Amino acid sequence: MAEVEIRVVSKSFGPTRAVDQLSLTIADGEFVALLGPTGAGKTTTLRLVAGLELPDQGSIRIDGRDVTGVAPAERDTAFVFQQYSLYPHLTVYDNMAFALRAPIRRVAEAEIRRKVEDVARLLHIETKLRNKATELSGGQMQRVAIGRALVRSPAIYLMDEPLSSLDAKLRGEMRLELKRIQSELGATILYVTHDQTEAMTMASRIGVIEAGRLIQIGTPREIYENPVNAYVAARLGQPSINLLPARLFSGAPPRACTIGARTEHLSISRDGGVSATVTRIEHLGDQSHLHLDVDGQPVVTLSDPEARLAAGDVVSLAFNHPLLFDADGVRIAA
Amino acid sequence: MAQIRVEALDKSFGSFQAVKAASFTVEDGQFLCLLGPSGCGKTTTLRMIAGLELPTAGTIRLGGEDVTMNRASARDIAFVFQLFALYPHLNVRRNIGFPLRCEGVAAGEIDRRVTEVARILRISDLLDRPVSGLAGGDRQRVALGRAIIRKPKCFLMDEPLGALDTEMREAMIRELRALHDRLGATTVYVTHDQLEAMAMADQIAVMNNGVVEQVASPCDIYDRPVSLFVADFIGSPPMNFLPFRGSLEPGARTLRLGEHELAIPVAREAVTERDLVLGVRPEHVRFSDHGTVAGEVYGAEYLGTTQIVTVTTRYGALKARASASRLFRTGENVALDFRPDTLSIFDQASGRAIRTALHEGAIHG
Repeated sequence: MAEVEIRVVSKSFGPTRAVDQLSLTIADGEFVALLGPTGAGKTTTLRLVAGLELPDQGSIRIDGRDVTGVAPAERDTAFVFQQYSLYPHLTVYDNMAFALRAPIRRVAEAEIRRKVEDVARLLHIETKLRNKATELSGGQMQRVAIGRALVRSPAIYLMDEPLSSLDAKLRGEMRLELKRIQSELGATILYVTHDQTEAMTMASRIGVIEAGRLIQIGTPREIYENPVNAYVAARLGQPSINLLPARLFSGAPPRACTIGARTEHLSISRDGGVSATVTRIEHLGDQSHLHLDVDGQPVVTLSDPEARLAAGDVVSLAFNHPLLFDADGVRIAA
Repeated sequence: MAQIRVEALDKSFGSFQAVKAASFTVEDGQFLCLLGPSGCGKTTTLRMIAGLELPTAGTIRLGGEDVTMNRASARDIAFVFQLFALYPHLNVRRNIGFPLRCEGVAAGEIDRRVTEVARILRISDLLDRPVSGLAGGDRQRVALGRAIIRKPKCFLMDEPLGALDTEMREAMIRELRALHDRLGATTVYVTHDQLEAMAMADQIAVMNNGVVEQVASPCDIYDRPVSLFVADFIGSPPMNFLPFRGSLEPGARTLRLGEHELAIPVAREAVTERDLVLGVRPEHVRFSDHGTVAGEVYGAEYLGTTQIVTVTTRYGALKARASASRLFRTGENVALDFRPDTLSIFDQASGRAIRTALHEGAIHG
């Protein structure tokens, strides 16, 4: 494992600037998740580190060595793709051992066995080692794909939405497992996702990307509690942060144009504060959302399971230290 | 617009029974989701309603008329597929208008209806763009436009949002439901994504191995699952299951879990001693100093307002949803309590929910 440094890297495809002067250092043993919508430049960043793309400008260093022009095979990275591609004719064991058996690595067979068995135990697939890869469920196949990367001890693991092809339940289990494995191995991971839950629950730090630019990087709590602008604020949180006109909040300073209010910034009572009407209570399975109408503005908050509210009820809404943004969406101090 | 009534529908492919005695009714203007894992028979059921498959047995009625053996084209329905097949050589306007051109509708009328549909879908500014350059969400809107322009009796949708990323999907969920509220068209929507079903449907039919296990409102499905399968499939993280051995008398208000008496919703049936399962949603697990179940924190997943805490106990790993303001350390000893009025009890062998007061009153929140 090693530190990886991306220095002011840009990459364009024709007229489209996919990555725009992006700088990011991933410390040894750190789990950094890049979060952003489709087309934000997350995957391109990952491919630049892997050497699958060459930057137009900037440099990439792995463990202090400039690898900007170095071929992918010589960069000491392991890539886990969204679509796992296992060798269907090989067993789980042989799939996992494959990379170690490459002639340039010269790993002894006993050493390969030890590594594969260790990793299989971590991933809870130790009983499947003799199975053909095609005899596994989707979740097990994805574990083998991750295992194939883990048996190597590269400088960094690069993971491109490795859980997105799994169903919701398996994804939930794998999140916890992947985080546990990462901290047990002390692995350095750069992880790309558009799923805020994955980023929040696994990453040591989250980098929020918009149009090829790194807008903010910080711990999940920092990004969630202290977003630098309204774009970042809207990336995290379920339900999404309510961005409302500042006139609704009497405590807003004159520069504030928009207030950002999450569930924890809102208190609902029977009187005092701003009047709000309950429009709907939405049961989403994992949580229930209370939909309110405040002076024509929709507000969504987590509903308190103990509160007995129904559509049509009029309640009062108070803001406790909401986030404040100026006319350009930039965060301003309260 | 019309009611859809499916009665005792069977479908076999060779020796494989894909759909077994499926029955449900979608009232005029209702939005019903067929929800289940892949291979549960939901798409086959939808295709039979569409007329793309013929049932082995059973009947399908559209607006009271038996259409079981009618051809798809004679059913007055519109189908929206997961992979939106747009005509790449036509622009947005001509893609949306295509079904009307096929029916020989006059050009002026087509123009008028395309304009109206584009306004409903908020894609008026895209009408003259080629479809090839469009973003995923916009392509899906065009595909929807092509379905709604025909003003069919009902819409059938097969995972229309499956190919979109999370943010776009959430936006489209709200949009589709708002569109449904405006058009009031009877809709059957197939998905394996519980979030889509919970957020959009008036009624959810949960399918498993070809069988419709429960048809109910999202709220009922979540709060009062009729089987272990439904309880496990709905909810993220899913319901916690604590296996135990016991019996119940009608009127019982508690059950014995290990050394503890646990309050439950009043039992309404007699259950002889057998293997039972206690079902607890993560948000109904509470941390308390003198809790019923002791355990050790395995990990906590920060989600902003809340966090999911996984606790290892003698009943297996249990998940609790707690406020993010409390800090949990891995290895920390904790004790858990459960909110009594929301507990489910299942018969382990059959998977069936034991009838209790839970199945009578409404639970809020």
